[in-house]
Amino acid sequence: MSVDQATVRRIAHLARIAVKDEDVPHLQQELNAILAFVEELDAVNVDGVEPMTSVIPMKMRLRADEVTDQAGSAVVVANAPQREDHFFTVPKVVE
Amino acid sequence: MTQLNELTLAQARDAIAARTVSAVELTQAHVDAVEKARSLGAFVTETPERALAMAKASDARIASGDAGPLEGLPLGIKDLYATRDVHTQACSHILDGFKPAYESTVTGQLWRDGAVMLGKLNMDEFAMGSSNETSFYGPVASPWTPPNWSKEQARAALAGDKKGLLVPGGSSGGSASAVAAHLCLAATASDTGGSIRQPAAFTGTVGIKPTYGRCSRWGMVAFASSLDQAGPIARTVRDCAIMLRSMAGFDPKDTTSVDAPVPDYEKAVGGSVKGLKIGIPKEYRVEGMSEEIDALWRQGMDWLRAAGAEIVDISLPHTKYALPAYYIVAPAEASSNLARYDGVRYGLRAPGRDISDMYEQTRAAGFGPEVRRRIMIGTYVLSAGYYDAYYVRAQKIRTLIRQDFEAAFHAGVDAILTPATPSPAFGIGEKTSADPVEMYLNDVFTVTVNMAGLPGLAVPAGLSRDGLPLGLQLIGRPFGEETLFSVAQIVEDAAGRVRLPEPWWT
Repeated sequence: MSVDQATVRRIAHLARIAVKDEDVPHLQQELNAILAFVEELDAVNVDGVEPMTSVIPMKMRLRADEVTDQAGSAVVVANAPQREDHFFTVPKVVE
Repeated sequence: MTQLNELTLAQARDAIAARTVSAVELTQAHVDAVEKARSLGAFVTETPERALAMAKASDARIASGDAGPLEGLPLGIKDLYATRDVHTQACSHILDGFKPAYESTVTGQLWRDGAVMLGKLNMDEFAMGSSNETSFYGPVASPWTPPNWSKEQARAALAGDKKGLLVPGGSSGGSASAVAAHLCLAATASDTGGSIRQPAAFTGTVGIKPTYGRCSRWGMVAFASSLDQAGPIARTVRDCAIMLRSMAGFDPKDTTSVDAPVPDYEKAVGGSVKGLKIGIPKEYRVEGMSEEIDALWRQGMDWLRAAGAEIVDISLPHTKYALPAYYIVAPAEASSNLARYDGVRYGLRAPGRDISDMYEQTRAAGFGPEVRRRIMIGTYVLSAGYYDAYYVRAQKIRTLIRQDFEAAFHAGVDAILTPATPSPAFGIGEKTSADPVEMYLNDVFTVTVNMAGLPGLAVPAGLSRDGLPLGLQLIGRPFGEETLFSVAQIVEDAAGRVRLPEPWWT
């Protein structure tokens, strides 16, 4: 399978990465090189094979649903590029 | 007398225990070495004040008889481990200025055991790369120099763009370079497709990726969560064993962490390999493999046979599918893990017309080309209509890869011997063609191990015709790290400790 330029733009948008027009052709070329590389997998018979979902077979542990982190909101927002008081701020979302 | 920074970690530990050297003296020697080696680019942040304060506290604990197993030993930490209040960016621009309010479990355990932090080490951005050239902070030079280069020539390149100097491998390039250049006694590293073993092989150092679940991933910047695993790079097999004991262990904060006791790995070093069955997988004899890699491999078999091990031919039929399957699974998981970098909670923010544009501009400015490429591939293979054809199929192939190994182990194989890399180190700027797959082929021997969740160790086994280090890889059963340490010590003894380069960079 290979991707066309419209697909490259669609993937970039799904990935929320702005892509300049002049970058699209070489991105297309690179993605197609990788997709050509993985094409080899089509040759493998995977009928009746379970996909791996757990690398080391183990039971999923559960814990009590309770507050474990008491760091507080000042710590939580400390690394935010923009904040007001104890809130993250973003461009206006609702008109 | 040997310089303090040229001691092995075990020798330094014993010297501290015998009180022939203090933690502060040992740390100061390393702080000085790090400062003089700045031009290599191995460290992205140095923390000398913290190191000396930690060393002082170590000396106090030694005086009061409370020394831990790594007391006073200076280490380098790969930039993807969260270290409280210290630069932690996985060498990406998108984590610009990030200083975590918490400590990763693995580094926390190292400090618990008395180790000293010298600073944070360079790496490929988000651990995506095999040469350390994708780092936002620039490439790292290996202390090994290209064949026939004079010291003057190497120094001149180091003062410029580093082109032509050798890569230390990646993604743990800073770790490997720093250890090989005697800037730290050992370093933390991480391995998603070969990022501990390939740089260890390129620099004449030892690195182990333990079994998936052996070390906690909590506080490690995530790349591909079902493949990522922490491990050390050090100058000897014994030093790796000492490091792993402190790094490993159950952590309730990581749901994939395995609740099993941590053995004293050092006890396995020097253990007999008599009667062990060492498998030689015929599928690793890849097309175009160089004669010197093949000769190294056969040499390794001879050494182990001479030590009493039995060499047996095995088949791992799905080997050739591991790398392509990896380039579906790893980018898919990366695209999901890296979705968190949105310019809101931490790191970089670029302005945008609206919130969606802000996300897109931030991510365009913050991710380098290799990371962007992998996020896009991952997004594509997970997108509607392609999920089954790519992602589910790759995960099925992963099951087949694991079954290949299980069959070999079931037949009585204790460990598997392979080359670590298809070639010795290449030059900075040498592999920047339009085809990203060329770089990916570096991981052809290591990636199967991550896909199957097994432990893998790279140990120096000789030099190439041009005098560059070459490594062998040992692959173990799940939680078979002790066997790997025993077998690796045989190789280290037989090959002789690597003579690491003299410091030409100062």
